[in-house]
Amino acid sequence: MSAETQATPREMRRLEPAAIAGVMSREVANFRTYWKGTTFSSLLEPLVYLLAFGLGLGATLVDEVEGVPYIQFVGTGMVATAVIFSSALPAMFGTFVKHRFQNTYEAILAAPVDVEELVTAEMLWIALRSGIYGCFPLLVTFAFGLDPAWGMLLVPFFCFVTALGFAGFGVAMAATVAKIDQFNYVTALCITPLFLVAGTFFPISGLPEGVQLVAQVNPLHQLVELVRGGAFGYELVDLARFAFLVAVALVTWRIAISRMSKRLID
Amino acid sequence: MAAIELNGVVKRFGPITAVDGLDLDVPEGICLGLLGPNGAGKSTTMRLLTGQAIANSGELRVLGHELPGESKSARAEMGVVPQLDNLDVDVTVEDNLAVYARLYRVKDVGAAVDRCLDLARLRDRRKDAVDELSGGMRRRLLLARGLVHEPKLVLLDEPTVGLDPQIRTELWTLIGELKSRGTTILMSTHYIEEAERLADDIAVVAKGKVISRGRPADLIAEHAGRETAEVYAPPQRLAELRERAEASGLRVRPAGPAIAIVGSERAEDGIVPDDAVIRAATLEDVFVLLTGEEAE
Repeated sequence: MSAETQATPREMRRLEPAAIAGVMSREVANFRTYWKGTTFSSLLEPLVYLLAFGLGLGATLVDEVEGVPYIQFVGTGMVATAVIFSSALPAMFGTFVKHRFQNTYEAILAAPVDVEELVTAEMLWIALRSGIYGCFPLLVTFAFGLDPAWGMLLVPFFCFVTALGFAGFGVAMAATVAKIDQFNYVTALCITPLFLVAGTFFPISGLPEGVQLVAQVNPLHQLVELVRGGAFGYELVDLARFAFLVAVALVTWRIAISRMSKRLID
Repeated sequence: MAAIELNGVVKRFGPITAVDGLDLDVPEGICLGLLGPNGAGKSTTMRLLTGQAIANSGELRVLGHELPGESKSARAEMGVVPQLDNLDVDVTVEDNLAVYARLYRVKDVGAAVDRCLDLARLRDRRKDAVDELSGGMRRRLLLARGLVHEPKLVLLDEPTVGLDPQIRTELWTLIGELKSRGTTILMSTHYIEEAERLADDIAVVAKGKVISRGRPADLIAEHAGRETAEVYAPPQRLAELRERAEASGLRVRPAGPAIAIVGSERAEDGIVPDDAVIRAATLEDVFVLLTGEEAE
């Protein structure tokens, strides 16, 4: 036996970076096999939305919103759409498939990795990916006249934190539903309403007061406002928006760990 | 020190008791076969040992680590080969191994991958995706993945279930090599031949507990004697023969279209008919007598 290829016996701690990196390396290895399709659709989707809403609606019905050309209003809002669809959905479906159909987690948990590390790694990986894909709509909007601004450099970080929250939500849902088709309820009851009251396509100030209140606790709306802050100028309230997104990420992280522990450990 | 010590372990799932007061010790350096029918509690025992199930009561110690509290440390020193193929099918052979080398905190990942490729005889397929491999290659890779960190203890959960005979033989060869290196192995199986070929010691389990334990030859001698007489006849005659044999204190088990009179060397004159086929008693006789289940 070679000491270099043997595991080193030692005391194990919680949330070991090596365990988290190991789980993420598995995701990277898999991602290398499908990144082209995912990246293509992540670029194409905002382009299609911008053409349909920005040019279609913008050219015929809406000229500008809150002093911003409509296509740029939609383009900056689309960042949130890209984030939720590249975080919540992969977390829900990916986690469910790995657990129920591929038995991947059974193999990982047989190694010195605990559920807390597993969930943390899954969330981090999804959030990293989403942090990058979330910026694609912004890049596409540059082609439609949006001027680059220094404040936009924080957008990947905002996307990452928001995606952490949605990844935690997705993992928790995957650990809760009994069958994969039950995700239809999650999509219809949670994801679609969050997407619609985020202020992506129209300002929420035009909505009834009750709905406006709901929008304030919608992480997507807070992300939309932060991205527009990056593009058109930050305000002090944006600090509170960011703190809210961090809180959501922390809460969903703990819930995801708790739900997955119940699901994975008999 | 025993590699595995289980004392009075109980695991319930609702009203079902999967493991019922299990006592088991696996000394270092041996291959112990956990032989039992489906539903005997073998897989639950494996899950208890990997910390994926928590016992309701009892004591579990693996490589000196108390479970479940020190499960992570125990897992760092043991390898697990699961019953189901859970390789990442789109990923290359070498990446499958490298990921697990990292999970096990192996220092030289490249060297560990090369060693496992040699072990699985897949060096020339290292860049191929797993779904391009044959069934036998995948099982060899799965076994090698469980050994990527050169563990002291290996858990093999039904390592050849559902495989064709050729692939099974290939895996037995690999497991034999592992044994010869002195690695401690706990192997669950419901295949008699697998247990007979590979295990130094066999624990027969049924209904969540060990009902007999010993070397294969000792188990046969203790429970089945020296010879078994197989009688092929119409059902009515078989029923009569069975009744007479049992009345004279012999044990009889079904054997497909026949009956097997176990320990027939002790039979009084006239109990075993002249047309019976006399053969040496086997572990299969022991298994069926002890568990009441047909062997595979």
